[in-house]
Amino acid sequence: MTSDAPKTSTSDATDSVVLSARNVVKTYGGTRALKGVDFDITRGTVTTLFGENGAGKSTLMKILSGVESPTSGEIVLDGEPVVFGSTVGARDRGISIIHQELSLAPNLSVRDNVFMGRELRTPRGTVDFAEEARQTLAILTELEEEIDPLTPVSALRLGQQQIVEIARALSVNARILIMDEPTSALSASEVEILFKVIHDLTSRGVSIVYISHHLEEALQITDHAVVLRDGSITATAAARDIDLDWVVRQMVGANFDLGEPPPRSDAAEVALSVRGVSVADERNPDRFVVDGVDLDVRAGEIVCLYGLMGAGRTELLEAVAGRIPVTSGAILLKGQDVTRLSIAERIDRGLGLVPEDRQRDGLVPTMSVGRNVSLASITSFVRGRFLSGSRERALVEQSIDAVHVKTSGSSAAIGSLSGGNQQKVVIGKILATHPDVILLDEPSRGIDVGAKGEVFRLLAERAQAGLAVVYSTSEVGECLSIAHRIVVMRRGRISAEFSADINKEAIMAASGEAVAV
Amino acid sequence: MTTTTRKTAAPTTEPVRRKIDIGRLLLEGRAFFALLAVIIIFSLLSPNYLTVSNLLTMSSHVAVYALLAIGMLLVILNGGIDLSVGSTLGLSGVVAGFLMQGVRLSPFGVALFPSVWVVVVLCCVVGALIGLVNGTLVARFRVASFVATLGMLYVVRGVALLMTNGLTYNDLSGQPALGNTGFNWLGFNKLIGVPIGVLVMIVVAVVASILLTRTVFGRWLYSSGGNERAAELSGVPVKKVQVRVYVISGVCSALAGLILSSELTSAGPTAGTSYELTAIAAVVIGGAALTGGRGNVRGTLLGAFVIGFLSDGLVIIGVSAYWQTVFTGAVIVLAVLLNSVQYGRRRRSKKSAGATPPVATPPAATPPAASTP
Repeated sequence: MTSDAPKTSTSDATDSVVLSARNVVKTYGGTRALKGVDFDITRGTVTTLFGENGAGKSTLMKILSGVESPTSGEIVLDGEPVVFGSTVGARDRGISIIHQELSLAPNLSVRDNVFMGRELRTPRGTVDFAEEARQTLAILTELEEEIDPLTPVSALRLGQQQIVEIARALSVNARILIMDEPTSALSASEVEILFKVIHDLTSRGVSIVYISHHLEEALQITDHAVVLRDGSITATAAARDIDLDWVVRQMVGANFDLGEPPPRSDAAEVALSVRGVSVADERNPDRFVVDGVDLDVRAGEIVCLYGLMGAGRTELLEAVAGRIPVTSGAILLKGQDVTRLSIAERIDRGLGLVPEDRQRDGLVPTMSVGRNVSLASITSFVRGRFLSGSRERALVEQSIDAVHVKTSGSSAAIGSLSGGNQQKVVIGKILATHPDVILLDEPSRGIDVGAKGEVFRLLAERAQAGLAVVYSTSEVGECLSIAHRIVVMRRGRISAEFSADINKEAIMAASGEAVAV
Repeated sequence: MTTTTRKTAAPTTEPVRRKIDIGRLLLEGRAFFALLAVIIIFSLLSPNYLTVSNLLTMSSHVAVYALLAIGMLLVILNGGIDLSVGSTLGLSGVVAGFLMQGVRLSPFGVALFPSVWVVVVLCCVVGALIGLVNGTLVARFRVASFVATLGMLYVVRGVALLMTNGLTYNDLSGQPALGNTGFNWLGFNKLIGVPIGVLVMIVVAVVASILLTRTVFGRWLYSSGGNERAAELSGVPVKKVQVRVYVISGVCSALAGLILSSELTSAGPTAGTSYELTAIAAVVIGGAALTGGRGNVRGTLLGAFVIGFLSDGLVIIGVSAYWQTVFTGAVIVLAVLLNSVQYGRRRRSKKSAGATPPVATPPAATPPAASTP
């Protein structure tokens, strides 16, 4: 792609800075998101940007990829100051970005998505579909992903969609590839493939900028670590000189721990009992996405549900919560059969779900923080036929306080909160209904370590007060934290159950994941 | 984020914020300013415009639109649309006319002349039933609201035409001997100087406003319009809310039909044709988002007044009816444009509030018709 030959001597290549930010400042209204950042990307290396939500990572990436322009300071590409103006401008100069939120058109095929906005033409001026399909297939093969280029994106799992997103960036022969949380939806084996691709790319001279909340994973792949805190770069180091503790310390400024199981009594009654629950696949009724699952959760117990993407965790939790119907089996809440009840009735009886996708299933974007918090418990502050403003305020303030939401007030727009705080709002909403059982589907998805720790601490606290907690995760590190019991799912079935003293390798082996990750 | 906000010096943000606030005020109160502009412009153009009697006359025209628009608002808040309101209005009038002429029960050889309040109730029931069909199609059978209510637009209009064979009921005043007088009261009489139609509009608006802001149903409506999936997972009975919204819209249309036919003392099967579009326009001018979840009764009322006062004003100063259509269209487009500025900016405000000056706010205050680009 570049005119420079990628195979120059290694010392030369690693020392040459391709893209850099010089004293970049970015202000939004009165808020300074970046306070004079100097940032270098060297050829053929992976640079990881660490930092909590709101530290300014995304802002910096948006500036580097031309989505936004800096308030002051400059971007230097190959030694020359540049102004991109738009993502297209950046893309033409070989800089591509893969966003955290996927930007695919679900109604179009993989091929059409890969070439969206720069369709290949035949001499007659029509779209050269055959050539597009051929190139798409070539890239997907390189990524070791067997997807037919003609499959509509909506039919793909989230992990595969991410791969398509990467394929799209690769198809423009990017020499600088910015990846914002590329693995958040990938299974361990998909991550492995991605990392192999990243290695291939860097050996060809492509530079990668990597952002991830999976710190361990990021440390594995990166050459340089750059830590951003509160809009400034606080530390820079070569990956070989540092470890996880160092990164976390630099990020939050303190040592960090996801917690340990709170004490509990074994004699507590069973709060939730799942009996032989099966859920048929919507697209293929002969297949079961959840296949005869039995699970008892006692009051005060915290159960971690571990599994790869597609193992059936989400479907199991959604079936228990009442969002999708069960094909067979029964769900008992404190001994009462709730299998045929609506979501609302289950919430009334003390069972609530915090969904995996906050934006799609958790929040109402048009309503304020306070109204989102009070939505599920709305019937509890009715006086006569009318809502009681004072009771609602009390409930909202209490909830916001209890889950430590950082907000300028309950009337703030929900979109003004960071990911972690939005997640706390969703959790607070369910907790405000005073549940006996709370289900959380990937509660740590897309939130930073600090917020993750707070969420887990909160759950541990509630469990001690008698709440039964079931949370799912695809990060092994999260299993070995507050959970009393780890239940591993594989292909819709429970493949193993462990107590809290198990090691990561055993959990990953039970999920069918390669141990070598 | 929090820490950065705390650290930034207050003086630097102060003037910026004040400027934005004026822009915001103009933007968010645009329906109000537009109404003000309409009234001022027409008062200057015609001495007859700003008189109590004219304002009352115009208001009773507005009442019909406003009733439809309030029902429409609820549907739009839910993320749907109700195209059948104009037809329902027409059918309601026809049913009223039919009942006022007496229902002949041939097997018994008698004719029933229901009293006026029975007629009113039955018309509302008809409206509710039409809404129930709409709501069931949309909520239970997952028919797109546009298509379901478009179908009902034709079906209901067809029924109205069939009932009258295309003719108009001309005499709705009833006869004292039959005990069914009083229908004209709705359209002609006044209480404390205000036409009954306007009073009905005020009552409906107040009730709807309380429903939206003070009841569980209102909150359910806003949440299921904002994000149906999230609302459902929070225990909101989204389907029930959806059905109810269409039923309410049907009842509002039936009320509007009663008032219109009473004002005209006749009920034609084609009454209210294309009124659904006027109602949608009023809701949009009132600042509601067609994507659902945003909007309020106050805005919608203002929107109805803008449309009503504008078109009556144009009649008074003698502008051709064709130009009226052009002006109304321009106002609607401008309103949608400003809606997207308002909601688009809120979405982007985190990103670019500081980088770019507030976009396109001044035109909000200028007369809508004059500033179309």
